[in-house]
Amino acid sequence: MSFLVVKLVSQRIALGLMLLLAASALIFVGTQMLPGDVAQTILGQTATPEALANLRAELGLNEPALSRYFSWLGNAIQGDLGTALTNGKDIAESLSGRLGNTLFLAACAAVVSIPLAIILGLLAVRFRNRWPDKMISAVTLATISIPEFILGYLVMYLVAVKLRWLPSVSIVRPEMDFIDRIEAIAMPVIVLTFVVLAHMMRMTRAAILNVMESAYIETAELKGLSAFRVIASHAMPNAIAPIVNVVMLNLAYLIVGVVVVEVVFVYPGMGQYLVDHVSKRDVPVVQAAGLIFAAVYIVLNTTADIIAILANPRLRHPK
Amino acid sequence: MSKMKSQPSRRAFLGYASALGIAAALGPVSMAEAAAKKGGTFVMALKGGESTNTLDPALSLSHVTYQALRAYSETLLNVTEDGGLEYRLAESVEPANGGQTWHFKIRSGVKFHNGQELTAMDVLKTMERHSNEDSKSGALGIMKGIESMSVDGDIFTVNLTTPNSDLPYLMTDYHLAIQPNGGFDDPAAGIGTGPYKVTANEPGVRYSFEKFADYWDDSRGHYDAHEILVINDDTSRAAALQSGQVHAVNLVSPKTAKLFARAPHIKIETTDGKGHYIFVMHTDTAPFDNKDLRLALKYAINREEMVDKVLAGYGSVGNDSPINAAYPLFDDTIEQRQFDLDKAREHYAKSGHDGSPIVLHVSDAAFAGALDAAALFQQSAKAAGIPLELKREPADGYWSEVWNKKPFCASYWGGRPVQDQMWSVGYLSTADWNDTNFNSPEFDAMLLEARAELDEAKRRETYGKMGRLVREEGGLINPMFNQFIDGMQQDVTGWVSHPNGNLMNGFIASKTWFE
Amino acid sequence: MSRIPTSALIGLVFTSAYFLAALFAPLIAPYELGAIVGDVWEPMSSEHWLGTDGIGRDLLSRMIHGGRTTIFVASAATILSFTLGSTLALTAVVVGGWVDMLLSRFIDLIMSIPTLIFSLVVLSVVPVTLPVLILVMGLLDTTRVYRLARAVAQDVNVMDYVEAARLRGEGTRWIVFREILPNTLSPLVAELGLRFIFMVLFVSTLSFLGLGIQPPAADWGGIVKENKEGIVYGIPAALVPAFAIASLAISVNLVADWVLSRTTSLKGGR
Repeated sequence: MSFLVVKLVSQRIALGLMLLLAASALIFVGTQMLPGDVAQTILGQTATPEALANLRAELGLNEPALSRYFSWLGNAIQGDLGTALTNGKDIAESLSGRLGNTLFLAACAAVVSIPLAIILGLLAVRFRNRWPDKMISAVTLATISIPEFILGYLVMYLVAVKLRWLPSVSIVRPEMDFIDRIEAIAMPVIVLTFVVLAHMMRMTRAAILNVMESAYIETAELKGLSAFRVIASHAMPNAIAPIVNVVMLNLAYLIVGVVVVEVVFVYPGMGQYLVDHVSKRDVPVVQAAGLIFAAVYIVLNTTADIIAILANPRLRHPK
Repeated sequence: MSKMKSQPSRRAFLGYASALGIAAALGPVSMAEAAAKKGGTFVMALKGGESTNTLDPALSLSHVTYQALRAYSETLLNVTEDGGLEYRLAESVEPANGGQTWHFKIRSGVKFHNGQELTAMDVLKTMERHSNEDSKSGALGIMKGIESMSVDGDIFTVNLTTPNSDLPYLMTDYHLAIQPNGGFDDPAAGIGTGPYKVTANEPGVRYSFEKFADYWDDSRGHYDAHEILVINDDTSRAAALQSGQVHAVNLVSPKTAKLFARAPHIKIETTDGKGHYIFVMHTDTAPFDNKDLRLALKYAINREEMVDKVLAGYGSVGNDSPINAAYPLFDDTIEQRQFDLDKAREHYAKSGHDGSPIVLHVSDAAFAGALDAAALFQQSAKAAGIPLELKREPADGYWSEVWNKKPFCASYWGGRPVQDQMWSVGYLSTADWNDTNFNSPEFDAMLLEARAELDEAKRRETYGKMGRLVREEGGLINPMFNQFIDGMQQDVTGWVSHPNGNLMNGFIASKTWFE
Repeated sequence: MSRIPTSALIGLVFTSAYFLAALFAPLIAPYELGAIVGDVWEPMSSEHWLGTDGIGRDLLSRMIHGGRTTIFVASAATILSFTLGSTLALTAVVVGGWVDMLLSRFIDLIMSIPTLIFSLVVLSVVPVTLPVLILVMGLLDTTRVYRLARAVAQDVNVMDYVEAARLRGEGTRWIVFREILPNTLSPLVAELGLRFIFMVLFVSTLSFLGLGIQPPAADWGGIVKENKEGIVYGIPAALVPAFAIASLAISVNLVADWVLSRTTSLKGGR
């Protein structure tokens, strides 16, 4: 069995790397196809044609695409992502700071929201169709359906402006220690938790309900096990695949999709960084950030697949 | 503060003739410094910064880099609140050769943040970097008329191809911040002669500064430290001020300004500026090549309603010209165009337009509230029987893909210190940013004539004629001039509104103090 | 099963009310789409039941017209992503082997390209129209539905009764629609309810890319955005559409829950 697991996992990792390569090519082609011109967007409305021509030449936009792809890929593998066209900053350096911030925020939000969602999901199943189930459903549905920025404003006005418990923005300064950082991201974490909770909670509920009618659950119930025990240790393991997939989707969102929350709380993460550079057509940065986002998805999806396989003994031993 | 500086009136500075006399009256002589308290950390939250920004003055474009430049660097001269000039890194200016040659005496005893002393050579190099053939500077356009430059001791001399009585005004452009060796070594290093020294530069996030101990002018830079936070979201920026996290914010949203100012510790300062929120038509592209159609659209826009609803009253109506009373030599006898549906219908019928939808390209990237303004325009045009169709464009890439490319779109101009510059960059037939494709030999001739005109009254008259011509023939629909709305804590003292830019034309950190 | 529980009834009533309002929008809206009828952000009154928006348009009329686009676009995109995503996933699982492997990795690949870049590229090659908008939204979401449906279906695919059906010699179509689909329905229906909400919110996000609804038409998310500065001051124009989205979300999901409970009960009787 352990051999099989190792084989499966290594297969998936190899596949993941191939996917990443394919994604890098797609991202490269995509960035070449983006409408608009980096020189024009850097210099903006006040650009004269001479200034534009000068900048274009300086940025080396005149070389053939294929050779640019390979030299980019070669450098990227060695960890050299080049410098930003717009402000000449080292991309690896700016990116690692931003990525660190993003991962920190995502991790904190995940630590709060995933257990909470699963516990709420289990509770909803346990008290199915009774008032706790309905309460949990209504509240989580309401929070998920309110646009993120409204949640952000409301939390900000309550916590920062009215109560003055926390600073209204989550600006991170280098001299901050761990506690300061946690304090800085407290409000975004609350908002992000509201945003991702419902999806994971409802999938937990639905997936467990789906297996609750199976014969073995009845057996467990007949054995006289407590209702919660049946749900948590007999039904849930067999419902893990859809739950893991939804958790991974939400983790991916927490890493690549929090632009709005970043903007509202002025948190220096990856989302805004990518949007800024896309709108300036700063191709090297867009490629580097795109590659990281692609890697995040591929790692998460691969992990979800592996967990799903491991969780289902019948899948591990295909006939 | 600077308001009380002993300066000649605006009038005395406008004409070329009086520019001869600049040297006598100007200087950083202040009377109110005694009142200014020193110390504290001044924190601003600003809209208009991206993680792509650089401190290179040549590439500065956003509100945030503009304010950062004002904090760490200086130009040769500045425009004062009343439209005159004040000396900064230049100690005096002398025109010669009928305004074709200009001598700038460079101030002595000024230090850069790296300890180097400012020389006339640094000035020359700076101007070279902004005007040589490799330049990608935002100031390249205004440097075009320069034929040669030279240095003799502490005198920096500019020779122009044609006389220009406004050259000292051009030198106030914020891109032309003086850098050591002109910034050739490291343009984005953030080293200048300004009152605050850059200590942190995180584009799109924050900039921090400390007071530069060797700053030459005691009347400025009262704070010990200064910080700029980039907060692009309007509500978050307001919250930062309301929660006391920052001392000042720019671009307060007009609709909520009154609600926002209810908090007792906050005040709102409004400034009549030169910026205008506009719709531009390419006068050489059908159907906008038809003067009657252009006039029909100009009559079909309800300017008062726009000022009321889009600007919440924080602005004034436009008159289809880029010039308003905030400019020197403004001709106030030009008749205000009124909202007139009958005339709109009449011109529309006369234009013979086939009734197909007239597409207006719009995005809130053009100006805040552009979509709202376009929706209002669409409704009032509909009342005149003009079929206006709105096309929402991506905010992303608006200035490169839509503006100056689509024949009818929303746009914004921030204005320029003097009329000559505004007309030259936006309406001269050969101008790069002639966004109405306006081509009038008569207009071009008048512009050149006014530039070399010595007599102030005659210049005013010519500018008036040009304004009328653009209003009548041009492709500009100018419904409104916006006010700058800045918000700050009550204890920020020394505020003086400046028509050329928000937050005291960028000098709020230099000129205010905590009471 | 003839008795409908109260919660489901509430859900049904609200959902059908919203859908009917969307259907008959031009008939019931008191004012024309885009008409300027009042001042900025007027409070609720007998003339304007919900007040007016940021430039003086009647909010109720705008909500009714906006509901039409919102509900139509979100429903169409959800149906597209669900049909395509679950059909592909179930087929992949049942056929297995290379088909499964290629499809799954292809979906992973598409997912890994950042949405922003993906949308901008699409935008640059096709004209921006409502069908394109629905297609882009639907296709982007198909990848998510696919992954979930595949995960659920894979668990079901190895069950004894599927094996039995195979041994009976049933065809692929029978196995997909008669054996696997009914047993994957509950998680899928739960997901459907949520995907619908995501779509409602997604429409307004796309307007940043110019892919959204063209003015003067609007969608609910867009109306919230237009008036978002008013949120913290309690301006109805910002809060009413947000409330509408939330109540639509809850009622659609109440119905989904009811369907869910019916499918699980049905299965129990098998």
